[in-house]
Amino acid sequence: MFFVQYMVNTGRKQYFEMNKMGAKKIRILMAKPGLDGHDRGIKIVSRALRDSGMEVIYTGLHQTPEQIVEAAVQKDVDAIGLSILSGAHTTLFPKIMELLNEKRVDVIVFAGGIIPDEDVPALKNIKITEIFGPGTNTEDIVKFVNYATLKGLRVPLHRLSA
Amino acid sequence: MVFEEEDLKKIGKRAKEWESSTLKKVLEKVPESKQTFATISGIPIKRVYTPTDIAKMDYAEDLGFPGEFPYVRNIYPTGYRGRLWTMRQYAGFGSAEDTNARYRFLLSQGQTGLSVAFDLPTQLGYDSDDIRALGEVGKVGVSINSLEDMEILFNDIPLDKVSTSMTINAPAAVLLAMYILIGEKQNVTADKLTGTIQNDLFKEYIARGNYIFPPKPSISIAADILEYCGEFMPKWNSISISGYHMREAGANATQELAFTLASGMAYVEAALQRKLNIDEFAPRLSFFFNSHNDFFEEISKFRAARRIWARIMKEKYGAKNPASWMLRFHTQTAGSSLTAAQPENNIVRTTIQALAAVLGGTQSLHTNSMDEAYALPTQKAVCISLRTQQIIAYESGVTNTIDPLAGSYFIEALTNELEERAMKYIGTIEALGRGDWKMLSGMIKGIDTGFFQREIADASYMYQKEVERKERVVVGVNQFTEDEKRPIETLKIDETVQKMQIARLKKLRLKRDNKKVEETLDELTKVAQREGNLMYPILECVKCYATVGEICNVLRSIYGEYREKAIF
Repeated sequence: MFFVQYMVNTGRKQYFEMNKMGAKKIRILMAKPGLDGHDRGIKIVSRALRDSGMEVIYTGLHQTPEQIVEAAVQKDVDAIGLSILSGAHTTLFPKIMELLNEKRVDVIVFAGGIIPDEDVPALKNIKITEIFGPGTNTEDIVKFVNYATLKGLRVPLHRLSA
Repeated sequence: MVFEEEDLKKIGKRAKEWESSTLKKVLEKVPESKQTFATISGIPIKRVYTPTDIAKMDYAEDLGFPGEFPYVRNIYPTGYRGRLWTMRQYAGFGSAEDTNARYRFLLSQGQTGLSVAFDLPTQLGYDSDDIRALGEVGKVGVSINSLEDMEILFNDIPLDKVSTSMTINAPAAVLLAMYILIGEKQNVTADKLTGTIQNDLFKEYIARGNYIFPPKPSISIAADILEYCGEFMPKWNSISISGYHMREAGANATQELAFTLASGMAYVEAALQRKLNIDEFAPRLSFFFNSHNDFFEEISKFRAARRIWARIMKEKYGAKNPASWMLRFHTQTAGSSLTAAQPENNIVRTTIQALAAVLGGTQSLHTNSMDEAYALPTQKAVCISLRTQQIIAYESGVTNTIDPLAGSYFIEALTNELEERAMKYIGTIEALGRGDWKMLSGMIKGIDTGFFQREIADASYMYQKEVERKERVVVGVNQFTEDEKRPIETLKIDETVQKMQIARLKKLRLKRDNKKVEETLDELTKVAQREGNLMYPILECVKCYATVGEICNVLRSIYGEYREKAIF
């Protein structure tokens, strides 16, 4: 995973020590936009994040972009994790990012699901920080969220390292 | 008993000798790779199985002969020697025109049945122009708004020659009505139509997520369909009780088996509650299972399913017609086992899973395509997965005899074990129930309290952790990985489908008889309010081109919408 490499380069050890010193609990909104019913992945990732000590709010299925953004505001989350396996990511992810921008909600957004490689650059361009495909280790996602929230990464990692 | 007591004693004694001599010597030098061995579902597996492991079995009672109770060996006396399974690839994307072209391609390539994938707006009862349909039209299946789309979908496909399976649940009655009307237009009456409507709502709440209304009215609509098909569609499967999606959501084989059969029992009770005759509706119940990676466990699961169902139908519900005892099922290979890494490996995984389904005696089969961890499959990838079935059917020789693994000490012991574990679960579900129909109320209670959802979430998380700890090897993912990612060609869905569908809807609303549409929708409201069978008014709505969304909105206003408890 790219960000793991990036973390190695930028001193992962230092970061983990900082985290141990007891920053406030990271709060994450995990959301299923659209009509897709596949929730195995998002439930696993939600539980892994919770097990790592974060506070996780999972929306459940069939959320509109408006509901997701509203929940992010209400719960004052540090990050939003989105999952789509229906192919609607090309429409719904940009819509969510647009609403977040409009409302000036400053959170990290990451995503997962069935997302073809060629769609990834466009999603990173609209400031989705990372896309996790099938087969991703949950530990990698936990590390990512820890790191990204700490560093306040709002832009794709590949741009930072470039 | 399969073996005489005397023989069993001898075998037991020899086994002990073998352990203390031959085996011990080798173990001292080369220990085994793991402390314990188990199936994917966690059923412990012994080093070797002998007749002593199936000592209590009675051949005639527990296995019998193909085509006879309890149908473990096969529901047909001739197995695949008489007729191969139906090769049925689940397909649908974009517009009705796109999907019609794919169907005609598949049929020309030797596929023997159709299986319709509908897009999510159709499955959730929204028209293409609904705000909730944004970005979803034509994505995971074909978009159907009205009878007009359905006419295009089946253009030049003779319904008297092709059997069709439709994966549609919450709005099943609407799509079934459309299919009946397409048949009428082709002069194929409902009694001659062959195929299946999925119509299984329990698994929507438990695992698949495509529900609209709360459980009670949903199950009631499902029972309307059972009733209607029982009366008018003797060759049609009125329901496909599905464990597939529970497995995909992370259930293990035991849970899949138990929850599916428990659902089946609940539907039987829902029909009995209406005083329907069991031997009229039960022969048209069908099932749908997953075929996952653990080869022997899967084969045993299919065999156990047939035995449990036969016994339950005969002994618990008192069905008299042998056709009511037979568990007929469709199988799909495990989508969740496909990997994005090294996608070509998925062809091999699918082959093994398909072989397990065939050795387990499936009636029809869908094989997944190698590229499905990325997108819907390309035509080329689908073709390979269809060829996989054809190679098993025509080249491997496995179809020559029926239930070839019967009598394997291991397979029989595992079949028994799965049956026992599943029955325990079924007992737990029954214990949740109250009143006369304990399985029906137990299933609903289990959904309301999140019992099933929690069971599955736990099993799925455990599996993931095992993979991450490398206790479970996934080739190309946690072992034998490659640094370089191989590019793969994926299917692109035409993004203009939604616009096109909205334009077609607009035209339709201008040209149809809107007064008639309103009248039929009003009638639907009335029938729903007095809790009548909805199939009849829905047929009338569909006939005058009322849309899926319009019909479902009427029902939404009466039943309300279901909101899940988000359990993880």
